Parts: sequence; structure tokens; C-alpha cells
Amino acid sequence: MSTLMIAMTLLFSATVLGAALMAIHTKSTPIAIIAAGLVSLIASILFLILAAPDVAMTEAAIGSGLTTFLFFFVLNRVRGGEHD
Amino acid sequence: MIKHVTAMLLLAVIGGIFFTLYSGYAPDTELNTTASYYAENTAKDLGATNIVTAIIVTYRGLDTLGEVTVLFLAAAVVGLVLANSKVADANAHNRAPVGELLATGSRALVPLILLLGAYVFVNGHLTPGGGFQGGAIVASAMLLLLLANPVRRFSHRLIAVIESFSGLTYVLLGIAGLFWAGGFLDNRILPTGELGALFSAGAIPLIYSLIGLKVGAEFSSILSNLSETEEL
Amino acid sequence: MIVQIALATGFVLILIGFYGALTNRNLFRMIIAFTVANTGVHLVLVAVGYMDGRTAPILDAAVPVAEAASRIIDPVPQALVLTAIVIGLGITALMLAFAYKLYEKRQTLDISKFTELKW
Repeated sequence: MSTLMIAMTLLFSATVLGAALMAIHTKSTPIAIIAAGLVSLIASILFLILAAPDVAMTEAAIGSGLTTFLFFFVLNRVRGGEHD
Repeated sequence: MIKHVTAMLLLAVIGGIFFTLYSGYAPDTELNTTASYYAENTAKDLGATNIVTAIIVTYRGLDTLGEVTVLFLAAAVVGLVLANSKVADANAHNRAPVGELLATGSRALVPLILLLGAYVFVNGHLTPGGGFQGGAIVASAMLLLLLANPVRRFSHRLIAVIESFSGLTYVLLGIAGLFWAGGFLDNRILPTGELGALFSAGAIPLIYSLIGLKVGAEFSSILSNLSETEEL
Repeated sequence: MIVQIALATGFVLILIGFYGALTNRNLFRMIIAFTVANTGVHLVLVAVGYMDGRTAPILDAAVPVAEAASRIIDPVPQALVLTAIVIGLGITALMLAFAYKLYEKRQTLDISKFTELKW
């Protein structure tokens, strides 16, 4: 049980860090937005492991849902600015 | 180049601070005084089973009132900043008409999503969830409508009425707590009922539903303000 | 053990976010980096409240009221983070609105082209 939890935590932590690096380093802005949404989504699983179901729900609904779409709305409006 | 070096130096300093914090961290084995007070007295005093909800709505209710005010301010400033960039005519973009499947699918899903949102904020005192999560789910129903039909316009008047009605009622319930219970935003103006029942925990479900409506209206207003801007 | 891993992840996420915000010159990418740092802060705060072998602060059949103080984790950081996430979305929306406005005025999102306040 405990070893499994630690292994899962390690795995999700590695995924979060990988997604965060991708969000910072990728050339394409849509990929960066998706990667930032992925950071939030995996972080919400980490919150669940840390026994915080309330926070996990909020992060999944707000952090990875609404924020990602807000970014895409604005990205759609500033076409051409993303490569500056 | 010099900027990069400065940035790296700054990051090294912050990283050093974080490392000191991390290596000096020893996990608690007992709850601290505040937390154990909440753990022992929430069920007895307030009748809520979700202690996080009890803290947000009652013990730190004033903070939450401040927080929804900050969120309102953020939504209002988004509206103000974008006020001059609005497209005058909703049909200015000549887009292809929305497909039948998309239109019907979104019409079938939106009531279900709204129902889920209402379920989440009404049950906030019993299960994980509450006004903030429910409000976000309600706003995501609005988002689905916008995605299915990008030129759709929501009634700003309706959003404003819902927002101000729930904000006003929230404050009035808080003031009622001053007269009929222990203080501002005290939930015991209604009977606390049986632990674990839907109609229990005094005014907590009522207040959290109002917070849910308010948060949902604020997020919807941010979304609709952003969607009404023109493509540059 | 879980606490240490989560704390380290949170701190590294904050550093990655700051690195992105400091080295990117595109406003849009800076805002994305800020949301990553934001998530890191939430992770650190929630990890601080966690205690090994305890469960979520919700009373039910598994956590009777009488034993609550010895069975649940600290609920205060969770309440704090819950509000922080909601405010975080408000702040992100505000930053995006300003970025849109700047693009409307100048047709660029490169911060090195915004030089009015430079001396």
C-alpha cells in the first residue's frame, strides 16, 4: 500500500515536472497551453494522493478546465502575436 | 545575455531559500491547536461533516466574502479593460453555421452539466465540493455553449442580476447571523439538524449555493467578455 | 515520504515557472509560466498540511466524530489553497485581458518592444 503510493507519487511528480518543462520550452504556443493544463490536471491527482479531495476538484475544474480555455480564447484573438 | 545571467542568479538565490526550507522541514505528527479545534468542534457546533467547507463558509466566512469581492473586482476590471474592443454586431464574423450534431449535443448536455454544478454546491457541507467547484462547473456549461456557437451572446443583464442578488443575499444572511446567532456569517440562524443529512449544518448549504451562483456568474461574465472581443 | 516528494515537486515547479517567466520575452508565454508557478505554490501548501497515515478532513463512517482529531489531516491549508486557486483564475483572466489590449494597441506581444517606461 505505502510503497505503491510512493511509487505513484514519484511517477506523477515526474510527469508534472516533464509537462512543466514542456510548457516552458516548446516552440508552439498551443502545445505550451496544453502542457500547462496537463500540469494542473496531474497536480490535481497529486492533491488526491495528499488527501485533499476538495482542492483536487477545484484544481481539476478551474486550473485545468477553465484556465486552458481562457488561454485558447485569447490566443485565437491575438493570432500572429504568439511568435514574437 | 547579461539578462540571462541575472535571471539565473535570482533563480539560484530563490532555489537556495527553497532548499533551506525543504531540508529543515519536519512533518507534524499532531494537529496544531487551531486545526484540532476545528476537528473536534465542527460537528458539534456547526453540524457540517466536511471540515474544509465549515472553515471556508463559517469559521473564516469573512475571508470568503472578501475573496468573492476580489473575484468580482477581477471580473469587473476584465470587462472594463475590454470595453472598447467589443464587436458591435454579433454577426460580424461570417462563420459557417453550427452543425446539427454540435447544436443538439450541446443543448442536451448543458442542463446535465448545470444539474451537476447545482448538486456539487448543494452538497458542499457533506462531500468534497462546494460553491467554488460548483460555480466553475456552471461556468463550464456556459463555456460549452460558447464553444458550440462562438457568436452566441449571453444576456449581461441576467448575469449581473444573478451576481448582485447572490452577493446581496450573502451579506444579508451574514448580518442575520449578528442578530439571531453568535456573530457575522454564523450559520446557526437555521437549525443545525442531524449530522450528515442534506438539510443540516444551518445556513451553510444556503450560503455555499449563493457563493456558487456568484462564482458561476463571475466566471461566465469573464468568459463572455473575452468571447465578445474581435479577432485582431 | 509522500510529503517530501510533493514538497520537492512543488518547489521545482515554482522554480520552473519563474525561469520561464524571466527568460521568455513573449507576454503570452510569461502568463503560462506564471500559472505553472501558481500550481507549484498550491502543491507546496497542500503538502505542508499532509500527515502520514491520516485521511481527508471529512467526517463519515470511516472517521467518527470522536476520533476526528487523531484521524484527519490539517484542513486549514486546504481551505487556503481552495480560495487561492479561484483567485488565480481571476488574476490569469486579468493578465490575459491586458495582454489582449496591448496587442490591440501595438500588434506585438514581445515585451522588449514595449519601451515607453524605459530610461
